[in-house]
Amino acid sequence: MNAILEALRWFGEPAQWSGPDGIPHRVAEHLLYSGLAFLITVLVALPLGLLLGHVRRGRAASVLGFAVVAAANGARALPTLGLVILAVILTASELVPILLPLIVLAIPPVLVNAYTGVQQVEPWLRDAAEGMGMTGRQVLWRVEFPVALPLVLLGLRTAAVQIVSTAAIAAFVGLGGLGRYIIDGLARQEYDTTAGGAILVIALAFAVQAAFALLYRLAVSPGLRRSTAS
Amino acid sequence: MIPLVTEGEPLVRWDWIGRNLGEIGSLLADHVLMSVVPILVGLAAALPIGLACARWRRIYPPVLGVTNALYALPAIAVFIMLIPFTGIGSRTTVMIPLALYTLSVLVPSVVDGLAAVPDHVRQSAVAIGFGPVRRLVRVELPIAVPVVMAGLRVATVSNISLVSVGALIGVGGLGDLFTDGFNRDFPTPIVVGIVLTIALALVADGLLLALQRLLTPWARAGARDARASRARLASPERTAP
Repeated sequence: MNAILEALRWFGEPAQWSGPDGIPHRVAEHLLYSGLAFLITVLVALPLGLLLGHVRRGRAASVLGFAVVAAANGARALPTLGLVILAVILTASELVPILLPLIVLAIPPVLVNAYTGVQQVEPWLRDAAEGMGMTGRQVLWRVEFPVALPLVLLGLRTAAVQIVSTAAIAAFVGLGGLGRYIIDGLARQEYDTTAGGAILVIALAFAVQAAFALLYRLAVSPGLRRSTAS
Repeated sequence: MIPLVTEGEPLVRWDWIGRNLGEIGSLLADHVLMSVVPILVGLAAALPIGLACARWRRIYPPVLGVTNALYALPAIAVFIMLIPFTGIGSRTTVMIPLALYTLSVLVPSVVDGLAAVPDHVRQSAVAIGFGPVRRLVRVELPIAVPVVMAGLRVATVSNISLVSVGALIGVGGLGDLFTDGFNRDFPTPIVVGIVLTIALALVADGLLLALQRLLTPWARAGARDARASRARLASPERTAP
């Protein structure tokens, strides 16, 4: 218990609140790297998942969809730390190779949830939309996407939380951000620094979780919210 | 980008693997131990919690809130917070968060699995005189197996990949190969570690699938019946002159 109190005292030291190794700067770094990785993940995985779910007709589309889901589930087995280290050791330790594994690991939840979310939309809803004269694009944006939104948001939340925690691990190969406190504290055997970093990473993960809960309340239609509360 | 690995250094040095088979084997055994124990502990805890939530639905939302929060906890941060209590370089430090993680995945699976039991099946069990305990063990839990198994497979595969993060505090099973390779700027152990982790996850997933088939013989019988009836429907056309 004493060690935890030490860590809380660490937050009170003025040195922690300024300079490049200060908490504000490290939080900003962490948010920048995580945000960048998340943005790329969403740009790659979300349109692909929505489109694969939308195009149901035809054998090729269903085989492709199945293959994508299987591959994405398989990606769960990839060891984060190993990928990050391999990416850095095979290239120079620049930003891109470090972010690449973060993106690769975050794509599966976004892709799978977008795909299953759209694919599971009730056929009669789709038929009704088409009967009203909607085009394929209108069906996707005005019916399928809003109905799939709870699952889509769950996928985005999982990916975002995962990126925040993987970015902390990537400090081992030199990435800045809150993971620096954890890794440097371990290396220097200063437990208060390490624990301070761990507390900050947990707080950030919870903040991301809370942000998505708020987004869920704002974006998901009230009718859906009653049946799929999460 | 300037390649750090010098020219002529191959991605995998097979002779290194040959010389270190013993060490790799013991890390693999460690890895299996550290991923299997938390799964068993997590399952043992998730069953009663899930049963309670299915029985008293009102406690389910708050329990779900807690498990969602546990799921969001970054593993590395929990390892660090546990160090004062369980020690750095201790397997327990790595296994506790993994057990919590398994628990958070499995509680919803157990509740959903029990909710999937059709009401007429439950009533049939009551009608032929099953008491609550026998109904649970002989009827409801077996029907819940596929849903619980889906959760168990997710938790198992994730645990196997998460164990390696423990290498940052000195106990990562195959993950130790990652830090070792990084410290020596030597890709072979890293590649070996990644390949073995994925292989282990595939094997574990396969075993769980086999276990599920064993536990739900009626699912196979159903598939066989469906095939047989399809064949019966199709056969007149084939035998027609």
